[in-house]
Amino acid sequence: MDIYLLEAVINGILLGGVLALLALGLNLIFGVVDVIWIAYADIVMCAMYAIYFLYTGLSVPLPLAFLIAIIGAASLGVLVHLLIIAPVLNSAPLNQLLATGGLLFFLQSFATLLFGTDFRNIGVRLPVLEFATIYVSFARLIAFAVGLIGAIALYGFLKWTYLGIAIRALAQDRDIVGLMGVDPRRIYLVVSAIGGGLAGLAACLLALQYDVHPFIGNTFGPVIFMICVLGGLGNMIGGFVASFIISQIIAIGGYYSSTELSYVLAFTFFIVLMFIRPRGLFAR
Amino acid sequence: MLSLAAVSAGYGSFQALFDVSLEVAQGEAVGIIGPNGAGKTTLMRVISGLIPMREGAMTLEGRSVGGLPAHRMVEAGIAHVPENRRLFPRLSVEENLRIGAFIPQARAHFAERLDWVFSLFPRLEERRGQLAGTLSGGEQQMCAIARALMSKPKVLLMDEPSAGLAPLVVQQVFDLVHKIRAEGLTVLIVEQNVQQVLEVVDRAYLLEVGAIKLAGSSAELKDNSFIRQSYMGL
Amino acid sequence: MSTTRLAWAAGLAILIVLPFITPTYFLHLLIQILIWAFIYTAWSLMGRFGFVSFGHGAFMGIGAYVPALLWSYWNVTPWLGIPLGVVLSGLLAIIIGYPCFRRRVIGHYFALVTLALSQVVLLSLIAAREITGGSLGFTQRAVGYSWYALQFPEKSYFYAIAVLLWLFGLAVWRRIDRGIGREALEAISEDEEAAASVGIDVLREKMRVTVISAALTALGGAVYGQYVMYLNPETVSGIAVSLQIVFAAIAGGVYSLFGPSVGALLTLSLTEGLRVWFGANFVGAANTIYGILLVLCIIFMPQGIVGTLQRPKGSSARRDIAWNWRKG
Repeated sequence: MDIYLLEAVINGILLGGVLALLALGLNLIFGVVDVIWIAYADIVMCAMYAIYFLYTGLSVPLPLAFLIAIIGAASLGVLVHLLIIAPVLNSAPLNQLLATGGLLFFLQSFATLLFGTDFRNIGVRLPVLEFATIYVSFARLIAFAVGLIGAIALYGFLKWTYLGIAIRALAQDRDIVGLMGVDPRRIYLVVSAIGGGLAGLAACLLALQYDVHPFIGNTFGPVIFMICVLGGLGNMIGGFVASFIISQIIAIGGYYSSTELSYVLAFTFFIVLMFIRPRGLFAR
Repeated sequence: MLSLAAVSAGYGSFQALFDVSLEVAQGEAVGIIGPNGAGKTTLMRVISGLIPMREGAMTLEGRSVGGLPAHRMVEAGIAHVPENRRLFPRLSVEENLRIGAFIPQARAHFAERLDWVFSLFPRLEERRGQLAGTLSGGEQQMCAIARALMSKPKVLLMDEPSAGLAPLVVQQVFDLVHKIRAEGLTVLIVEQNVQQVLEVVDRAYLLEVGAIKLAGSSAELKDNSFIRQSYMGL
Repeated sequence: MSTTRLAWAAGLAILIVLPFITPTYFLHLLIQILIWAFIYTAWSLMGRFGFVSFGHGAFMGIGAYVPALLWSYWNVTPWLGIPLGVVLSGLLAIIIGYPCFRRRVIGHYFALVTLALSQVVLLSLIAAREITGGSLGFTQRAVGYSWYALQFPEKSYFYAIAVLLWLFGLAVWRRIDRGIGREALEAISEDEEAAASVGIDVLREKMRVTVISAALTALGGAVYGQYVMYLNPETVSGIAVSLQIVFAAIAGGVYSLFGPSVGALLTLSLTEGLRVWFGANFVGAANTIYGILLVLCIIFMPQGIVGTLQRPKGSSARRDIAWNWRKG
């Protein structure tokens, strides 16, 4: 096998880790609240700006900046739910989609207003590791590991805690969880906080690799939606697997052609697959 | 124990319950019978807080609980086995029971409650790891009852526990009601199966078009000619 | 003469007089509003029946780029280029629409498949940077006043074209609204199986409205491209444009003839007004406020502006925007 192709494959797997984290967050929110947050990737953008300014502007140590960004993103998730989702919770699904679409406009424009359209980088250069002539970015390796740990932690939380079981129960039958003593409104807030927190965690990993600018959400937001749909909306394991399929297509496609065309390939693959399996690859 | 005074409720512009008053004493089993669409399920949902009460008052052990949301009602001591069981199909039997013990006071005693419901329903212990959606109808009903019992309720509401079950299984479900009563629980049960429910309850109310039409002890109702004609086909 | 006719006559008279009395700047704004109004109307042809497409950016992009590239590089007149772009969009609509309807990709799934389509066209345009200039965009080869190249430095020509285009869009909307197709489509959007069981060719009706909607959107994109001359993938295709179309059409209201046009008038005047008000010092301020207003509009006026002011006649019942968007 071509050594550069192998490198692309490995980088694809590593990219999949971060995408998986975001897909988990979006799927969790969709599965429980039943609303697609079109602006989900823009919460990542906000958290990346927070890291940038905390670290470069206020000289906050990086780990602390990360922690603050994660907590901030989780709070933003709660805020989004309270201000935008809760009022439209019983509206038509399209209205819910559009309400978060309005949020997307707002966040991107507000970021432009505050920070301008400059590309900003936190300037942390992590080494590139060499394994038997294969070069792997350390930042991506960390991102993959953290993504995996995050996914496992979320799985454990949903599987073994009362709150986690209540979240899964709500996703299956929202009308009667009240009879179990579960307050659905509280679960929505918890889920929005976790979803926001995962976006914050992803922001930490992305800030190590990419520049932040107001429209960075547009570059990977659509990819995350695609992954979630491919995995079956609300199906967290499906989304997890789909992350790695899509990231491979992007990585290998990028190796043979340009980045844009690799995304074109991924989106086309997605559209064609939807015709074959209209409810996603892993539909129940 | 549980008392409703002149309760009215409905959905949107449709009123389903008109001035319903009823009383359930400590340790008693009370039935609510009536035709389809009489408002029996609505009444249960009002008592458990799933549907807000529009007018009237409701007390549990003398304390007013009218207008509380469902999750508060559970904490107050009311557990509801909903119509069609409504288990969480992709949770295991044990997870269904665990969510039944979600409220803090029940969580603390989860292990002993679990042992207790397993002693009542040994079948569930055998199936504890199985997904609830894959259980048979009778097992699902057991699981739904067990789930409600996990919260250590004072009053157990059961909505049509025999619906959709084979005759033999229906008998088992009614035997369960006996067992639960023997544990000292207060039970309010909605049934279409009038003949059999009158065997297990002390008293019953007849609900028609959203209002209480008749009330009496099981013995009285069994002899009532209107009930016999309209609901027992005798 | 009935009042409606009188209103139409008055409206047309105003539209004819307007270019002679307004300053060039407002004429420019008006042309943009008319072209977008046409595109929003085209979107609502599908949207009103519950087929919520987030892919119209793709059709607009194709409509704008095909004639522009053909003219700038191969000297092909837009008189050929524009029909070609429209036909290509129609074909794309068939390629995407047919399997979607066939396989019943609906609700969220339909929205996200069409969203992916927007991205495919956007990214393809960027990837073909040798001829499109990538995300920097490119300016069409200008030749001054020419009917052959469909280029007019005078705005009044484009004003006339935009008015005609807009009227054409309204005519198509009305034709579908008055035709038998509408009842069939409404039946489909209420309950597809029931519609099929009374003999409605569900697939055919859906395809017809989808292809018309896509083709008109491409036409709008083409005229837009001819007018502004400078094309950028981000301004004529992709998610942002698709969202803009969906938002404005719904904000205006998709049940009434003028709903999408009102949406265009309000959203474009608003963004333009805010832009002028804030000036160049606060880049993003205008869209920040626009975003807030959009959210508020969705929360407090779910029927759209025109829909909130007047309940839809005919089917009378109160409906939400996505009537029949079954949960996927």
